[in-house]
Amino acid sequence: MTSLSDAAVRQLQATLELPDPGDRYEVREAIGRGGMGIVYLAFDHALGREVALKVVTGAGDSADLAARLSREAQVLARLEHPGIVAIYDVGVLADGRPFYVMRRVRGETFAHGAASRGRGEQLRLFLQVCDAVAFAHARGVIHRDITPRNVMVGEFGEVLVLDWGVARLMDAPRAVPTDPLPAPDAHAESSVSSIDRPATAPGAARTGDGVVIGTPGFMPPEQAGGAAREADQRADVFGLGATLRDVLSANGTALPRPLAAIIRRATEGLPADRYPSATALAADVRRWLDGVPVEAYRENVFERAARLYARNRPLVLLLFAYAVVRVIVLWWRGI
Amino acid sequence: MNKPLLGLAAGGVLGVLDGLTALVSAPEVAPEILTIVIGSMGKGLMAGILIGWFARKVNNLGIGVAFGLAMGALFALPFALGTDPTTGKVYFWEILIPGALVGLIVGYLTQRYGERPRAT
Repeated sequence: MTSLSDAAVRQLQATLELPDPGDRYEVREAIGRGGMGIVYLAFDHALGREVALKVVTGAGDSADLAARLSREAQVLARLEHPGIVAIYDVGVLADGRPFYVMRRVRGETFAHGAASRGRGEQLRLFLQVCDAVAFAHARGVIHRDITPRNVMVGEFGEVLVLDWGVARLMDAPRAVPTDPLPAPDAHAESSVSSIDRPATAPGAARTGDGVVIGTPGFMPPEQAGGAAREADQRADVFGLGATLRDVLSANGTALPRPLAAIIRRATEGLPADRYPSATALAADVRRWLDGVPVEAYRENVFERAARLYARNRPLVLLLFAYAVVRVIVLWWRGI
Repeated sequence: MNKPLLGLAAGGVLGVLDGLTALVSAPEVAPEILTIVIGSMGKGLMAGILIGWFARKVNNLGIGVAFGLAMGALFALPFALGTDPTTGKVYFWEILIPGALVGLIVGYLTQRYGERPRAT
């Protein structure tokens, strides 16, 4: 009798552990792992494309996890936006666990993807994150876990906000949908998605009554204090501010004072002291990019002059050149 | 401000300033300063509106600046070639170079700061 090698056994074990979503989707490998679920790369035979398929882990309170996965799917279904990963399908595995299928995102996390870019480009990417989060707020969804690891930068510079598993629905804050997902229909269309991203950040806590939700360093004090259910859009403003600080300070250079003030205001301890919305935060960042005064910082006369000079440098240099020519002409005549 | 209007305003203002500098560069022409300033403003206005009109048609900083330089020089040329009736001197480069520079500045201003016409 021939014995199998350890590698072959591990391969066999991994294959056996892959979920079985039915005939349409061929699950290939796990590509991400979080507190509540695993994301697999899968192939959608019906449409001939790779997708990502998220399934709850078997560990812990599976009913609660299943409910949360269902809620995440429903939240994503509300959020049709270029900056938010699209959900394609939902279903139930052969073993009874729910899954949902989403777009496969190729790219890097914001933390890695932005590191090699200049500050202006980093800020423009950040503005895309703000737009996506503001859209979610307008649809009554608070993300509650905005971090550089939960934002992907795609191959073409597109930005996608991920991991809506702990999001709060503002219009139904305590009525979390818990209906199980529908059983898969062998003849119905289904979809699969996958995300090429690392697992959720270490230290991230998960939702539940009295449980802290979010990622340390990126969640606001009111959330860290266990009042996550009271978190409103200003909680995401805090996460956006902390994300911006993390990305901009990665290379160790000091930030210009107005930018530092924008981050400071976004991450104020009291929600009332922060920007009232992601849109307001984005507007201030946009002001800085446009070379106009930002709301968060009162500049002195020298800083104002320096900013105006930086913004109109060619014009100032042209006028200076004109003055120099005039002086040269004067000198020439004096010879 | 739309580009032709901005060109007109900038050309006029810079033309006046350019004319006034004659008081420093050629004090002997002081008695004719009003005529000089009006003439300088006139050529600034004409060059300015032309440069602004061009900037509306051609949205390109480099070409716009080059066109401004050429227009500034062109409009300054007749004045530069003329002989001062009081002193009998010719101030060719003293007029041509600053005039061309003013055109260049107006070209930059209209391209950089002028509002583009809205699509209808």
